Amino acid sequence: MDQIFELLAITLGAILANNFIFSQFLGICPFLGVSKKIDTAVGMGIAVTFVMGLASAVCYVVNEFVLTRFGLEYMQTVAFILVIASLVQFIEMFLQKSMPSLYTALGVYLPLITTNCAVLGVVLLNVQSNYNFISSVVYGITGGLGFLLAIVLFASIRERLVFADYPKNWDGFPIALVTAGLMALAFMGFSGLKVW
Amino acid sequence: MNFGRQLKEGLLTQNPVLVQVLGMCSTMAITTSIANGLGMGVSVLIILTLSNIVIAAIRKLVPDKIRIAMFIVVIAGFVTCVDLCLQAFVPAIAASLGVFIPLIVVNCIILGRAEAFAYKNGVLASAVDGICQGIGYTVVLLIMCFIRELLGAGTLNGIRIIPEQYPVGMLTLPVGGFLVLGTLIATMQWALARSKNKEESK
Repeated sequence: MDQIFELLAITLGAILANNFIFSQFLGICPFLGVSKKIDTAVGMGIAVTFVMGLASAVCYVVNEFVLTRFGLEYMQTVAFILVIASLVQFIEMFLQKSMPSLYTALGVYLPLITTNCAVLGVVLLNVQSNYNFISSVVYGITGGLGFLLAIVLFASIRERLVFADYPKNWDGFPIALVTAGLMALAFMGFSGLKVW
Repeated sequence: MNFGRQLKEGLLTQNPVLVQVLGMCSTMAITTSIANGLGMGVSVLIILTLSNIVIAAIRKLVPDKIRIAMFIVVIAGFVTCVDLCLQAFVPAIAASLGVFIPLIVVNCIILGRAEAFAYKNGVLASAVDGICQGIGYTVVLLIMCFIRELLGAGTLNGIRIIPEQYPVGMLTLPVGGFLVLGTLIATMQWALARSKNKEESK
């Protein structure tokens, strides 16, 4: 029972209160770069969720059974980034062979996920907070869902922003950042969400 | 070799944060106090310079296809060194920067400079480029820290400047990061557009 409550707390925290974008600043580059259209934002969000879940699982195993066992904790950063890079490469090859439609839909975003700091971030945070295997995977997936929620909401606002009238110097990134800032303000409301 | 021109590019016309818009995550996340900003800026400066030098030195030995993987391994090696040094010598800064030190590995500035500059230029030019871009990044971090710490917490490097009841606490929260960086980039776009207009009207 305790485990279930812990997982629920992790889920709520990762999606709302400690959203990866709005309160932890992880994964801002793809968040700003791939949010001009809702379709691509959804594709990117799903791909990131998938990779974050998988990376959490694989890196937990690598950390527990290879790095910790042989006293190589200081190699964590190097090991994790290599695991993530090869994982992304592997998923790319797998999708190309077995699900070509999904592969073409995700297109260029798949290789970009390697350098998404949300993925490396979630893995490092799992190690820091001493999560067990199930908690790690749940944190990875729900963190990805939080990213998906944020990027889809942001993309739908940005699509309307095109018609807005704002000073020319704020064109592009500045107005997007201000929009994201206001959304972060709204998400701060969730930080009072401490049911458990 | 043109050190002055590269420095101007790093600081102004090709500033990694304000013009190329790279490395946003760390820029917004850790700029809540001057000490943090300085620690992060200097770490990135060191890693960027060293990885630029190494990548420029081995650029002819590396096959084109695996260059990205190789860049990441070189960068991750240096990041681990800097991480361990910070933990050993300045544990307070290492603790407050937390997960963002290992995350320098996926900071787009370093990978971006490796791909765009170090892979195509010689060792010396790459070293200078690393230093200039690193200085550009550090300066932006310090400006953001200055604004956010002074207006958000009312202190500068821990010393109280504005009495406790006045500061806008919101600026030290994530919201402040987005708003301050947005304003800075807008100012930069305004300044660049203005200097361009002046040149054209001459």
